Amino acid sequence: MTILLTNARLIDPQAGTETLGWLQITDGMITEIGNGPAPQNGPEYGGDSFDCGGKYLAPGIVDIGVKVCEPGERHKESYRTAGLAAAAGGITTMVTRPDTSPAIDSPEVLEFVTRRANEAAPVNVRPMAALTKSRDGQEMTEIGFLRDAGAAAFTDCDRVTANPKVFSRALTYAASLGALVIAHVQEPTLSKGAAVTSGKFATLRGLPAVNVMAERMGLDRDIALIEMTKAKYHADQITTARALPALQRAKANGLDITAGVSIHHLTLNELDVADYRTFFKVKPPLRSEDDRIAVVQAVASGLIDIISSMHTPQDEESKRLPFEEAASGAVALETLLPAALSLVHAGHMDLPTLFRALSYNPARRLGLSAGRLTVGAPADLVLFDLNTPFVLDRFKLNSKSKNTPFDGRLMQGKVLATFVNGTQVFPTK
Amino acid sequence: MTSSHTFAGRHLLGIEQLSPADITTILDLADQYVDVNRRADKHSDVLAGLTQINMFFENSTRTQASFELAGKRLGADVMNMAMQASSIKKGETLIDTALTLNAMHPDILVVRHPHSGAVNLLAEKVNCAVLNAGDGPHEHPTQALLDALTIRRAKGRLHRLNIAICGDIAHSRVARSNLMLLGKMENRIRLIGPPTLMPSQIDQFGVEVYDDMRKGLEGVDVVMMLRLQLERMDGGFIPSAREYYHRFGLDAEKLSYAKDDAIIMHPGPMNRGVEIDGTLADDIHRSVIQEQVEMGVAVRMAVMDLLARNLRTARANETKKETYV
Repeated sequence: MTILLTNARLIDPQAGTETLGWLQITDGMITEIGNGPAPQNGPEYGGDSFDCGGKYLAPGIVDIGVKVCEPGERHKESYRTAGLAAAAGGITTMVTRPDTSPAIDSPEVLEFVTRRANEAAPVNVRPMAALTKSRDGQEMTEIGFLRDAGAAAFTDCDRVTANPKVFSRALTYAASLGALVIAHVQEPTLSKGAAVTSGKFATLRGLPAVNVMAERMGLDRDIALIEMTKAKYHADQITTARALPALQRAKANGLDITAGVSIHHLTLNELDVADYRTFFKVKPPLRSEDDRIAVVQAVASGLIDIISSMHTPQDEESKRLPFEEAASGAVALETLLPAALSLVHAGHMDLPTLFRALSYNPARRLGLSAGRLTVGAPADLVLFDLNTPFVLDRFKLNSKSKNTPFDGRLMQGKVLATFVNGTQVFPTK
Repeated sequence: MTSSHTFAGRHLLGIEQLSPADITTILDLADQYVDVNRRADKHSDVLAGLTQINMFFENSTRTQASFELAGKRLGADVMNMAMQASSIKKGETLIDTALTLNAMHPDILVVRHPHSGAVNLLAEKVNCAVLNAGDGPHEHPTQALLDALTIRRAKGRLHRLNIAICGDIAHSRVARSNLMLLGKMENRIRLIGPPTLMPSQIDQFGVEVYDDMRKGLEGVDVVMMLRLQLERMDGGFIPSAREYYHRFGLDAEKLSYAKDDAIIMHPGPMNRGVEIDGTLADDIHRSVIQEQVEMGVAVRMAVMDLLARNLRTARANETKKETYV
């Protein structure tokens, strides 16, 4: 089965280019790419042809850190709804989090999740597994078995493995298997109970706050442990300017370290919380505008490698509480790309740079062949319009939970079509 | 004393939402209630027929008594609910509690809650006037208003004064509401306390910050002391109560740096010998602590009177709309 996508602005994040051309898909793989008009296009052409109308075609987003609430809280999000949301958002691979209840910490639970994902989600799903049992930070999980069962990476999500002995042993063990460990960088005692970042806004609102230094301390500790264990490590979210020099030094020293950031920390700041709006409560908390600009520039320069949605569904009940008590997290599968495009519209980076952080880098970090616009790569693609303006209505999201901070916001840029392994999954025909 | 300005607020959630004219309006009316309260017959019926519910999710004897008395003197039906003993223990959410109460048709809800912003959240869900009686370390507007009234009556004005707020600023809603109110009225504010009890970036609020009591008190007109919570005395924020008293407790020697006619204030309840010397607190020439309690009732009467007027106007407008539809 062959499909020809013509008249597309091809974004190649690997080469850093953006060219008008065409792309041929055969049996779910990219088999040919060329500039200008497609030579074999015409009535004599055997396969399906799809005119992209001069819109942008990029490798589909590989989103590390998606929370799907199976098992445990399917009323908040299922593989079906998350998958539909991902398809509508141009995400072709969801790398899902193990912070479910129970946690994904045994091959049996991982097998259940994989089966559910395959039967229900229209996009690729690569589940991650917990690093320690029940994410308690006490005993490591069966990293070998879990890896054999397909765990993409190992993480305790937003829980810091506070005991350095436990963490260093888990890192050492994971390193021997070549497994990637993803950690939340935060000094746990300093950040305990914090709802916002300390500063003028926190003081004005009288909310418990954490100093930005807690992130730097968390990162510094982990860097020392990576140096000790030679582990393959990814910091889930670097959100403060003060942590960036440490990251830069660790990379310069040749450690196997990468870092991510959530879309919310790139597009919102602490003042968005305004009058205790709990949809803006995320973990780590939103930062100052200075920090936001610093991390945006770090993404543009490549110091921060990966942008994630950090999709975290929460029902209305867990958000309709006083700010301190309200649950953290925001849904973001469908808003990731439009929000990220605002960084392009604002002139912070070009499209190939953006897709390096959304698609190419995360795929490469996980050893996936996706995330590239090259011959031989899977045809996981997103076609989008850079400029279509729209006002986001949270009740139109595919996710079961509607806790987006972007409700009512004017956004620019829309997904026109999403292909997974050469099959169009959005919009559904 | 009457002003032409009318306070139009539906709720009193904080000082943040008030204009200087709002503040003056409230204080002017409170002045009148001070006179009423000093008469033998203190009763009026401006709140007659209205129901006031005091919902205290956090322990308070003084503030609750003050609100209860204020409501009763104005003729309202007052009910007290000790919330920490009831529904939240049974797992009911704040919003459900609010909706349950709302169904009983209260007119004024006085709320104290241990979490910042909880009163704002509650106000969104009920259709009566909500009065913030303290939410976490966020705001305590009636305390700031009663402090302002006390200062205005003692000093004859509420502007261009040097005012020192001393002690645990970080955990104090009284400090936040006061620095907002006194700042709006164009006073010069100094905050004095150990740096561990100062909130972050407080220097950006247009105040001067001191960690030396003597320097901070130099030439001030008003000395406002804050209560140091017992749970903060155990070495977490300060080394000990006695070291705190030595460095930050108000005694005659430290007070001598302030102006000769400087007044001493304290929101109560006091820890004698921790943040303030007992004799100084009782000095009728300097201490206005008892006046603060008296002003508290008057200010709360004024606020509830104004909120009830706005509530009645709003309801009358709604009825009119219904009639003409």
